[in-house]
Amino acid sequence: MYDVEKVRKDFPILERRVSEKRLVYLDNAATSQKPRRVLDALSEYYEVHNANIHRAVHRLAEEATAAYEEAREKVASFLGAPDVRSLVFTRGTTESTNLVAYAWGRKNLREGDEVVLTETEHHSNLVPWQLAARATGAKLRFIPILEDGTLDMEEAERLIGSRTKLVACIHASNVLGTINPIEELAELAHGVGALMLVDGAQSAPHMPVDVGASGCDFFACSGHKMLGPTGVGVLWGKPEVLEEMDPFLSGGEMIREVHLDHATWNDLPYKFEAGTMNIAQAIGLGAAIDYLNYVGMENIREHERRLGEYAYEKIREVEGGTVYGPEKGRTGLVSFSLPDVHPHDLSQILDEAGIAIRSGNHCAQPLMRRLGVAATSRASLYLYNTEEEVDALVGALEHAREFFGACSP
Amino acid sequence: MMRELYTQIIMDHYRSPRNRGELAGAEVEEHLLNPLCGDEITVYANFQDGKATEVKFEGRGCSISQASASMMTEKLLGKNREEAEAEIERFKTMMVGEEKFPETEDLAALRGVIQYPSRIKCATLAWDAFRRGLGGKE
Repeated sequence: MYDVEKVRKDFPILERRVSEKRLVYLDNAATSQKPRRVLDALSEYYEVHNANIHRAVHRLAEEATAAYEEAREKVASFLGAPDVRSLVFTRGTTESTNLVAYAWGRKNLREGDEVVLTETEHHSNLVPWQLAARATGAKLRFIPILEDGTLDMEEAERLIGSRTKLVACIHASNVLGTINPIEELAELAHGVGALMLVDGAQSAPHMPVDVGASGCDFFACSGHKMLGPTGVGVLWGKPEVLEEMDPFLSGGEMIREVHLDHATWNDLPYKFEAGTMNIAQAIGLGAAIDYLNYVGMENIREHERRLGEYAYEKIREVEGGTVYGPEKGRTGLVSFSLPDVHPHDLSQILDEAGIAIRSGNHCAQPLMRRLGVAATSRASLYLYNTEEEVDALVGALEHAREFFGACSP
Repeated sequence: MMRELYTQIIMDHYRSPRNRGELAGAEVEEHLLNPLCGDEITVYANFQDGKATEVKFEGRGCSISQASASMMTEKLLGKNREEAEAEIERFKTMMVGEEKFPETEDLAALRGVIQYPSRIKCATLAWDAFRRGLGGKE
């Protein structure tokens, strides 16, 4: 039996009060809160082991290097990565997708080639490809969504063809909560000799992920959305693909031999880790992975699935409420709108009740246009959220509707 | 707290906006988008003998942005271009807390917004649009 109260005790910030009320934190798709053991790992690193990695021969440097590499192994095993060498630390999902768009895209895309994305991409998996397309003459194609927010797979089959060099897709939508069929898309991509990139920013924190079994060639995610610190993320890539790529950022550590007029590259994954990395943050992410494993990803997924469906249903029952995305097969986030209440006004009113949600375009302006709205409100749940918190949200929504309700003509 | 921000006056302007609607072919017509939240506004004005005889707005946005736009149309009606620019400047100064709000005017109801830095842009959206429409600085 999943004990959410026990989990909550591990997160110091959940004791906080906002507007004299107990904090109800429902903005987890933006960033997650951190358990005590992640905070401890950060301070222990700085208090006891702090040194630069892979360089000096002294005790602290040995310890820091070991801890950093241990964190890499933890993340690799968490994602089901068969080969730890192809697990690259980055600053986050955005840097990971940019790494691929520059180091793979600029080298491999040509005029007439196509990159297939979806209408639901976060800007971080859209704008890097716009720039890559501009630099290479490649074209972008977009898989549309059906009315319920799921991908139009018939259209996907039609779009992915002989010109396609890459299919790049979010694993789970940060707006709709949909979980996309990445295995099927990877199969379609491979069928035409294209590669597959998966943006796992909203999946890796919330469900078991197996990059090996998924068939993808690249997988990106962010540490701070999965209980880890900000400033660290991950790019996993098939080693043979990463080997063929040019470096992205260059400088110290990513080199093997440097002459005044040329240089050669370090082995994987160091070829892609230029300069001093976010060492403490990577170690903190390792501690976050330990915590996620301790609670169990299957348990977390089941808790969020149940709570997400509960929230979806309850919010839909609010008079005039619209919820976006499919009813089932979704992650624990719900985007919605109320008829007479602008999302900004709603966020403000909820803040007075100690409830934190997100309002806006969620870094997905094209999807907002597709949905025909300027902005939505979004409640995104995680392993420490409870049914009582969803009830508090729904109560506050009713209150907001009453307050603004008289606006309707 | 909430009632300090969402005062009766703001809610009244939000629910029954003054001078709302399109003014086709107006002398001043300016559209402005707040990319952070997707709110957008278009302001219109016609002048006769140098004075604004018609000031209108349309758009979509939160209560603060819509109420502030409604108040602006009332404030700028009858003003010439220089006076309008001066009013806009004065309002922007009020919204950063460097000038007092006029106690007897509806505008004073926007005072509560200053406490919420993320909302100040909502309140100034229409005013920024009008200033741009007049050809002034951003």
